[in-house]
Amino acid sequence: MKPTPFTVALAGATAASLLFLVLPIVAIFAELSLGALLDGLTSDVALDALRVTVETNLIAMALILVFGTPTAYLLANRSFRGRALLVTLVELPLVLPPAVAGIGLLAAFGRYGLLDGTIAALGVDVAFTKIAVVLAVTYVASPFYVRTAIAAFEAVDQDLVAASRTLGAGPARTFRRVALPLAGAGLGAGLALAFARGLGEFGATIMFAGSLQGVTQTLSLAVYQEFDVNFDNALAIGALLVLASALILFAAKLVPAWKRSGSTSITVFAPSGSR
Amino acid sequence: METLRLDIDHGLRTFRLALALELGAETVALVGPSGAGKSSVLRAVAGLLRPERGVIAFGGETWLDTARGIDVPPEQRRVGLVFQEYALFPHLDVRGNVAFGASDRTRVPELLERFRIGHLASARPRDISGGERQRVALARALARDPEVILLDEPLSALDAYTRSAVRGELHELLSTLGLPTLLVTHDFEDAATLADRVGVIVDGSILQLGRPEELVAAPSGRFVASFTGANLLPGMASPGSDGLTEVALDSGGIVWTADGGSGRVAVAVYPWEVSISREMPSDSAINHLRAPVVSIVPLGNRVRVRVGPVTAEVTAGSAERLGLREGDVVVASFKATGARLLSVA
Repeated sequence: MKPTPFTVALAGATAASLLFLVLPIVAIFAELSLGALLDGLTSDVALDALRVTVETNLIAMALILVFGTPTAYLLANRSFRGRALLVTLVELPLVLPPAVAGIGLLAAFGRYGLLDGTIAALGVDVAFTKIAVVLAVTYVASPFYVRTAIAAFEAVDQDLVAASRTLGAGPARTFRRVALPLAGAGLGAGLALAFARGLGEFGATIMFAGSLQGVTQTLSLAVYQEFDVNFDNALAIGALLVLASALILFAAKLVPAWKRSGSTSITVFAPSGSR
Repeated sequence: METLRLDIDHGLRTFRLALALELGAETVALVGPSGAGKSSVLRAVAGLLRPERGVIAFGGETWLDTARGIDVPPEQRRVGLVFQEYALFPHLDVRGNVAFGASDRTRVPELLERFRIGHLASARPRDISGGERQRVALARALARDPEVILLDEPLSALDAYTRSAVRGELHELLSTLGLPTLLVTHDFEDAATLADRVGVIVDGSILQLGRPEELVAAPSGRFVASFTGANLLPGMASPGSDGLTEVALDSGGIVWTADGGSGRVAVAVYPWEVSISREMPSDSAINHLRAPVVSIVPLGNRVRVRVGPVTAEVTAGSAERLGLREGDVVVASFKATGARLLSVA
């Protein structure tokens, strides 16, 4: 059968979109020889940036999990006045320009900032330290997790929660034994998205934490700095980030699929003699 | 004897749920059309719904008293609630489901055996049949050692074939347990076979509460009359002549039905399938029960006449022509094709 003009138009637009999206990624690898890639990845700048990125992101993801999960559970399960406003506030960093997030963090936690007295009393410096990187990443990446987590908790069948309660489990045990495992796949996907956003974080970090090699310079910041100094290094670090992001995206898509197939892999007709 | 006592008043979308009920070690069924507020009653007893006003008490414990600000959370009320779709935990296997609320984990294997789900212990709920799921849900609810059993449409998620087998099992289980049991269903026959007393509930209120045969014999109004449906005559079935099934009724006498079956059964006969005469008729009806008239209840232009164990519905004109009075010995007749068999064991 001959494709209709409509189908041809759809296919044409899709091909143009894909080409445009994939071209820059292909270019990174095409412009780089294997030797230059290895040199770039083993350079001090890249290794320092990798260490800073991994450290700060792990701490940021832990913070997002510890504070974001209860927040999402509350927002998913309670209806109260102002709930919609709270959800909007939680999502705000999603649409906030990263530079604005950075200047805001500086105004709050920086020297002479809103919380300057409190922070000075604790004897810590925040701005332009690793703590600043963690805060910037947490700030911009958290909505990716919390939004997905709210949806995951909302999707838990309320009859199952009710069943757990009538079976003697209080709200905390119900959360741990029913809601958390059932929302688990969604939470995993949300965390993967937040991690991907955290790896790419640039604007808020450079405003609030600066770009000090080995201290606050993450991989994304190193790409920007090396772009002036050693273009091949910038490309090599870029290639690393492309691979990492692609892996995370696949993981986010695979987790739910794995959960689904995992729960059906049980032997349906277990031999009755096996009890 | 511990009794469950409830007296609640709660606004639902289009009507108020307002009912009072007291039950001892018996099964009470609330039967009514869907959306009558039946499930809300169960949720209120379980503590999953907080009525605007009311009292719910079990024995000496007060579970809810809105006037005194008492509302015991669900996990502290010892109820075994079986949900309509069973609400089994999909992330746990059968053993994990039953053990979830178990007061004594060492009893779990015994419960799995008792409900014939031992061989499914490591299967997930999605991989087992509807009848098996129901047994898991019952075992899970009983593992908690409940003081009250609540069943939400216990048979509606099952296909017709499984349903009749499960109805018998459930009947036996409930009488063995001897716990106050409140069940809701939209099916009068399920209610009548499972429950000692049946309450017909419409728009949040109980129109009539009584033993099933009382509801059939003396419905309080047209709605109850149309909803109550059939007489249920318990007995033992065995194959008879002419391809009919012979049922020896517990109340004495034998009736024949065109349905096949054997063992413990209930014969279901709709009141309007039963005719009444003074003498033994010579018509196509094969079933004749000669007994005194117990009650005569007028319902508009019709009359419900209870003759021994069965209730007949005849027109007011016929009743007048026969000159029926309570105590008169008459013959109630119905055809073998008008008698249906329900398996109850």
